[in-house]
Amino acid sequence: MGVTMKKVYANADEALDGLLKDGMFIAAGGFGLCGIPELLIDALVRNGVKDLTIASNNCGVDGFGLGKLLDTRQIKKMISSYVGENAEFMRQYLSGELELEFNPQGTLAERMRAGGAGIPGFYTKTGVGTVIAEGKDVKNFDGQDYILERGIVADLSIVKGWKADDTGNVIFRKTARNFNPPAAMCGKVCVVEVEEIVERGALDPDNIHLPGIYVHRIIQGEHEKRIEQRTTRKREEA
Amino acid sequence: MAWDRNQMAARAAQELEDGMYVNLGIGIPTLVANYVGDKDITLQSENGMLGMGPFPYEGEEDPDLINAGKQTITELARTSYFDSATSFGMIRGGKIAAAILGAMEVAENGDLANWMIPGKLVKGMGGAMDLVAGVGRVIVVMDHTNKAGESKVLKACTLPLTGKSVVDRIITNLGVLDVVDGGLKLVELADGVTEEEFRAATEATLVN
Repeated sequence: MGVTMKKVYANADEALDGLLKDGMFIAAGGFGLCGIPELLIDALVRNGVKDLTIASNNCGVDGFGLGKLLDTRQIKKMISSYVGENAEFMRQYLSGELELEFNPQGTLAERMRAGGAGIPGFYTKTGVGTVIAEGKDVKNFDGQDYILERGIVADLSIVKGWKADDTGNVIFRKTARNFNPPAAMCGKVCVVEVEEIVERGALDPDNIHLPGIYVHRIIQGEHEKRIEQRTTRKREEA
Repeated sequence: MAWDRNQMAARAAQELEDGMYVNLGIGIPTLVANYVGDKDITLQSENGMLGMGPFPYEGEEDPDLINAGKQTITELARTSYFDSATSFGMIRGGKIAAAILGAMEVAENGDLANWMIPGKLVKGMGGAMDLVAGVGRVIVVMDHTNKAGESKVLKACTLPLTGKSVVDRIITNLGVLDVVDGGLKLVELADGVTEEEFRAATEATLVN
């Protein structure tokens, strides 16, 4: 090929080599099981790194996605907006084995985006007057109360894209984009897994969803892409 | 007599007007999409999509194309995709005209509780807190009473709040209420429901 692709690694284990340590803070992309970094999660399981704090909208389901890291007790704390699909999560949380910080979904996304954009805090009206506001600074702007939320900066981001080039420019597909770009932005180091690494120039520069500056390591691999709720309609009879 | 789930959804669909961008919650609110008729409504799905289409035909499910309830869906000619931060930017920024969502409790001051029952149900608020804080109009669709027959239309919510003074209109199986100064105003009774029955099922203060 003639070009050294410094960001491209052979597999998920090599892509995470040297990046993992117990107690670290990881931001993960995905919504439900859609657009989750399956390969990197499997590599975290194989590595055995533990006491993880993970910011992710959800925590997978029993036995798949981030649920795998619950089964192996590698997660100490989750920062999420919705964890209703996972019985093992409930069990560990109710027994006190797992810490949980609920964030409203938009607040979580903005915390990631802000952290990655150099914004340590922002005011939002989401959660004013609810338990989410407890202990947070309240400020009135133009007659409306807002609460202070902090930007997130993670030690590591794990992200799933559709296609990338070797410089780390990434595009996503349909609703599998979701939390992946903000999660990518907020990591000190960001590792992206994609379905296909393409030649430079194959991606339209006007349609890059995540510019390569945010991406440090890339792998390509096969994804299961499990469907959480398979809903269909009947074809009208001819 | 009262409205069933589909009649409640059909009544809620009357709230929508041509050109609106709307977010529908899970449950009865999802059914509202079946009753918009010829109105030009664009549905937002907060996981990153405007222009949500119907469920796919069997065999055409795409794991990369789901709604906020994690159900497989389809796209339309008008569809656009974006990330979660952008999605909640349009929600928080007031670009979404209305949200129609379910509730466990609503209070006469517009307080809404729909995300948590302490000690029992700990699933999370998802995008509900952002939606009720940000969209132009919040319409609740729910049963008027719980399974024990107790009113869900209360003087004050007992469950942890999703939002404070956020609800504009409540559509139940018994009728339609607006949140106004001093309490709730009866707008419309469901088919076959008397005002006495409606008042008996309502704990909140009703004002004229």
